[in-house]
Amino acid sequence: MDKPEKLMIDGKRLDGRSPEELRPFKIVAGALERADGSAYVEMGNNKVFAAVYGPREMHPRHHALPDQAVLRCRYNMAPFSVDDRKKPGPNRRSIEISKVTREALEPVMFLELYPRSVIDVFVEVLQADAGTRTAGINAASVALADAGIPMKDLVSSVAVGKVEETVVMDLFKEEDQWGTTDMPIAMIPRKKAITLLQMDGHFTEEEFKYALDLASRGCTQIYEAQRQALKEKYTMRKEEE
Amino acid sequence: MAEIVSRVKRDYIASLIQQGKRADGRATDQFREVSVEKDLIKTADGSARVKIGKTHVLVGVKLQKGEPFPDTPDSGVLIVGSELLPMASPTFEVGPPREEAIELARVVDRGIRESESIDLDKLVIKSGEEVWSVFIDIDVLDHDGNLIDASALAAIAALTDVKALKEEGWTLPEFPLKEKPVAVTVVKVNGKLIVDPKLDEEQVMDARLTIVTTEDDSICAMQKGCAGSFQKEEIEQAYVIARGKAAELRKLLG
Repeated sequence: MDKPEKLMIDGKRLDGRSPEELRPFKIVAGALERADGSAYVEMGNNKVFAAVYGPREMHPRHHALPDQAVLRCRYNMAPFSVDDRKKPGPNRRSIEISKVTREALEPVMFLELYPRSVIDVFVEVLQADAGTRTAGINAASVALADAGIPMKDLVSSVAVGKVEETVVMDLFKEEDQWGTTDMPIAMIPRKKAITLLQMDGHFTEEEFKYALDLASRGCTQIYEAQRQALKEKYTMRKEEE
Repeated sequence: MAEIVSRVKRDYIASLIQQGKRADGRATDQFREVSVEKDLIKTADGSARVKIGKTHVLVGVKLQKGEPFPDTPDSGVLIVGSELLPMASPTFEVGPPREEAIELARVVDRGIRESESIDLDKLVIKSGEEVWSVFIDIDVLDHDGNLIDASALAAIAALTDVKALKEEGWTLPEFPLKEKPVAVTVVKVNGKLIVDPKLDEEQVMDARLTIVTTEDDSICAMQKGCAGSFQKEEIEQAYVIARGKAAELRKLLG
């Protein structure tokens, strides 16, 4: 992929969005059959499944904690999810993403309710286009709720960044690759508490503050869609007479 | 870790099959609803999703340039991999592929390779130096039995979805797919043969036999599994069943 000459043209981005616009997204609760809870999320060209199993017995046993459950996350990319085939299995990147995904979700969990057990969260990326970890967190959060596991709130996530001196919402692949800054964020929208923050690139103080604000707006929009997805599945509909 | 089936359920499933019936009301030679969808993954060169009942498999094909194997300098390379994702079943665990996943990939590979489904000789860019490698990766998303048939069908469906190949000074107008092999697994429970076992039926089966047939009904690959055994007559009967079912499934490939 060659670097495009410009990433912003007349205030619009290469995919036609304005700087503060999210990509089209779709969230479905309960997308898999066997898992205790599951979700399917598309954010732009990202396609991600999340599945939750548990609380269940911890294997291996010595990983269990006596006073609380362990939240165990595994982020995985399908070999065909990226342009150059990805060798199956974990690598340093996926291990780090698994860790920050867990830490993004832990603040909303009541892990003390399930001592000695494990709650497994599996995220599978089928098609990647920048922002897979945020799509994964959005899916995982809905999957946990779908599994009926008590939570303080949902976690919503989006990346913001900077391309050619403009702070933008929800980077897609070209912007992620050629832009200056990428900052994935996850938050508990109702409390405005940030549970994931990573950043690489460059922000001035002003840009950083604006970017945080932009991320917060994005998360709120995603939060509404996550709630809607759960309502779709769990609202009782009166039979039409 | 294996799933545990109660004695009551085991006896129930086995005794129904003995009477030529099944717990979900199917005939012994009847598949669950099968759906095939193609062209789902933009990052793959070909992709397909197969659902058989609640079993759900997604296959992506990627073509990459690479070196040929030294003993076949004038052939492309075919590699099949599979992952039994832990999201697909409470019994699947994280980690490198275990024997079940390896067997699955190898049976799918054998069907495609031995039927000469892909004309690998047409995938040579420069003899002995550069060829196309065809990577078929199987992602199992939901496991409710009969993964081999679902994966093999998804693999061949994904291959039919592969578009033309372009490389500077070298093009192939059409992906060289010559044959559509279809795998059908026949399972023996209580001395009776059934097709398309659901997970609970697999848990009580004595043995299984996968037969991969081509469009002219000939056999290109087989694999027997599990601790039980088959009589010669049973194998002949299984072939007749497999060939008929394969023709039905092949129609879904479009």
